[in-house]
Formats: sequence, structure tokens, C-alpha cells
Amino acid sequence: MSEPIVIVGAGQASASCAAKLRALGYDGPLVIIGEEKAVPYQRPPLSKKYVSGELALERLFVRPLSWYQEEKIDLMLGARVASIHPETREVALGDGARLHYRDLVLTTGSRPRRLPASIGGDLAGVHTVRDLADADAIAPTLKPGAKLLVIGGGYIGLEAAAVAAQKGLGVTVIEMADRILQRVAAAPTSDFFRNLHQSHGVIIREKTGLAKLVGESGRLTGAELSDGSFLPADVAIVGIGILPNDDLAKDAGIAVDAGIWVDGQGRTSDPHVFAAGDCANFPWRGERTRLESVQNAIDQAEHVAAAIMGETKDYDPKPWFWSDQYDIKLQIAGLNRGYDSTVFRPGKRPGTQSIWYFKAGRLIAIDAMNEALAYALGKKALEAGKSADPAVVADPNSDLKAIFV
Amino acid sequence: MPKVTWILADGREISAQVAVGHNLMEAAVANNVPNVIGECGGCLSCATCHVYVEPDWAAKTGKPGEMENDMLEITTAERKESSRLSCQIVATEELDGIVLRVPQI
Repeated sequence: MSEPIVIVGAGQASASCAAKLRALGYDGPLVIIGEEKAVPYQRPPLSKKYVSGELALERLFVRPLSWYQEEKIDLMLGARVASIHPETREVALGDGARLHYRDLVLTTGSRPRRLPASIGGDLAGVHTVRDLADADAIAPTLKPGAKLLVIGGGYIGLEAAAVAAQKGLGVTVIEMADRILQRVAAAPTSDFFRNLHQSHGVIIREKTGLAKLVGESGRLTGAELSDGSFLPADVAIVGIGILPNDDLAKDAGIAVDAGIWVDGQGRTSDPHVFAAGDCANFPWRGERTRLESVQNAIDQAEHVAAAIMGETKDYDPKPWFWSDQYDIKLQIAGLNRGYDSTVFRPGKRPGTQSIWYFKAGRLIAIDAMNEALAYALGKKALEAGKSADPAVVADPNSDLKAIFV
Repeated sequence: MPKVTWILADGREISAQVAVGHNLMEAAVANNVPNVIGECGGCLSCATCHVYVEPDWAAKTGKPGEMENDMLEITTAERKESSRLSCQIVATEELDGIVLRVPQI
């Protein structure tokens, strides 16, 4: 029997890679190895509908378990890969077993950055949001009247803040930078979400860092902040970024630097090892790039599948992203990296708007708040390489359907 | 549980009982209906769960909402009068027997 294609990691990217391999006609053995016990599931709802109890686990699965059986995919769950041996094309499992591979795909994802134990990061009541276990640990703490401290005003932290505020918790978000969402969005988008959260009673404290978390008998009781103040808290959610899981690759002598380095086809420094999704660092538009999104997990994983099957084109992502907070749906088309100007455009319905990002006069991204038409048409236009005139964008009476050139 | 039938572009049919309250995109994924993808998990951001509702059922499913209507602008297959994003159709007893056509993409 021929040797299998082995996919390490069992999330959105692995399921997408496996599906694409089958769709492209690969009918040989195919193995997915994942540390978690759950069938590959969608992570975005964890910080939204899953943690709030609106969505049961099986409704998160990327594909039902029966699909893997029908497609003859060997799903090894609750199994850990201990090491990779490129010279013999083997992976060693945690239990010592070894598995040969024809090609290896690393979809190992990323992990949340944690606070060190020296400043209280290991106290009970301190959580990150990444996997099912995290969400299952947070859900029972979301009780009306409890005090939640969110550390970090990025999307994960703000989504958790929104869920908690709607459940009746007292919520404070602290953000070290000048404004929430600073790393990922322009000031008008930050302003919109600051106002939104404040209107739901959430306290947003920008330019405020954490000195340390404080606890009694190992359980969180509050936080000392950088301005010297003390804030009581029953629960803390830490949303200060994620780190690519590249240690397995690194230990195997595969090139890593802020993620597993891959070429345009998703191939690492070893010709039989590929990487895709959060863990992969790839060349795009002249810069090293790592994207943390469902779009990238799916599309790059499919691209790797195609490369294994002989495709030689470079991966050219068409980024899109979303975040749900309260009754606002933020939809993002494109990637705003390196933008030098933004244009505000009011939406066609009350309370809706979009922020358009330009770089050297060309449209590169759009943030749309409950303004799906701007997102949808913008997504399609950006994918087609089109731009727009900032002056026309700024005119609320201009026709969105005629705006892209 | 209402019965839902998907007719694929090649004429093949897939039928399944769907729990009330589940949307018809997740029902399609759970029943391995090809070409109903649902990349965004049903939050109106990808338009990859596009279907055509058979005319007899249009009155019961109703019209797309405003944001859905906007997202239907970017479906891969042609948009028709009967186009819906199936993540926005929630299974009810009233929809027992509904037939959806899956576009070729």
C-alpha cells in the first residue's frame, strides 16, 4: 500500500485540505491527526454563539463525522504528534508509534498569548479563548452581576465583552494602545466600536495596561492597572494576540520565523512538508504574511492540496473577515496592511456605515458595519483588482454599484 | 422533523429530516450536500450556501432580508428571483417537504 498524506492538526484548515485532495482526485490513504478529541469544528462561534449557549457542539463541525468515513479519511483524534522526521518521512506520535508519510501538511494553528504566572496569569478565573475547552470553562462564569475584566481590545476580547454585557455582567475592557482595535483597524472603526460598547454599559479604558492580576487562594479577585488603580474582577479574559504553533516544524529543522515559512505553494524548507492556515508564514505582495482567519485557513489549505496534486501557481489570498458584536455585523473585505488614508461613507440605513482603506490612491480594504452591500460589492471588486475614487466613495448619494473602477 | 430535499445540478436528489430550528445551510453540510459550503458558518459573510427555492415553496420561505439581499449580489452562480442564502432559512414544521435546487458552481 502507498504511504499516506498526513495532515497534522484537526481544524478548519485540515478538513479543507482533505476535502480538496479528494475533490482533486487523490484516492490514496489520507490521515488527519488532531490533539483535541472533537471532530474538526469552526472556532469563530466559540467567542460568540457557542459561549453564550445558543449553539450546540455538533452544530460547529466543519463536516459531520460520517463524511470522513465516506471519504475514507482516517481521523485520529486525541492523538499528539511528538516529532517530525523529514529524513525518513515519519511522524512520531505521543505514544511512541511512528507513521510514514508521502507528504505532510502542517495545519497546527495557533495558540493564545498568555499572561505569565508572575503577574497572575495562572490564577483560577483567568481565561483565553481559543478552543472548546476554553469556551466550556468560560460559559458557566458568565453570570449576571459578575465582574469581567477583558485584557486586550481586539476582536476576541470585544466579542467576549459583548456576550458578557448582554448576559448582565459588569464588563471593563483595558487596552494598552491608544485605542481599541488599533492593530487591525483605522480610528473611525475603533470609534464606532467604542461607542457601541459604551452604549451597552461596557467600560473601555484605553492607554491602560495591566500591572498584575491579584488573587486570593489561587483565585482571581482583581487587577492592578498601569495607572495605579485597582479593579475588582471575578473573571478575566485575556485577548492579547495569538502565536503560531511552529515548534514541531522548528524541532524538525524546518525553517520557521514568526510561523512556518512556506513558499507560494505552501511548501516549507522540506519539499515533502507543507503548511497552511494560522501557522504558515507566506510571501504575498512582496512581504512575509501570516493571516489569522477562516478565509485563510480554507483557501491556503486548498491551495496546498492543489500544490500536492501538481499545481504550481502561487497562493494569492482574497482576505475577508467578520465579527459579530451585539446587533452589529462587522464585515471586512481585503487587508488594510500599509493603508495611508481612509474614507468614511454613511450607510443607506440608519446606524450603518463603512470605512474604506486606500494605499497610494488604490482601494485595499473595506470595514462595513451592518452595510453588507458595501462589503459584498467591495469584496468582489477587490478580488477583481478594481479600485474606487475616494471622492466618489465619500459622497453618500453615489451609487455603490457604479463605484468600482 | 421537516423533510428537506436538495436537487443537485446533475439531477441527483438528497433528502434528510432536519431538526426544527436548524438552518438549511448547516443541514446541507451535515448531510454532505455538495456545493452548499457555508464557509462563514452562517453569518452572512460568504454567500457560499446559495440555493434556488422551488416556486411552490417561495411563499413559505418568504423573501430575503436586507443584508441577505445585499449578499446575494455576489453569488457565484446566477442570481434568480428564487435565490436564497440557505443559512437564512430556518427549518420549521411548515417547511416539511421543501425542495431546494443547488446551483452548479
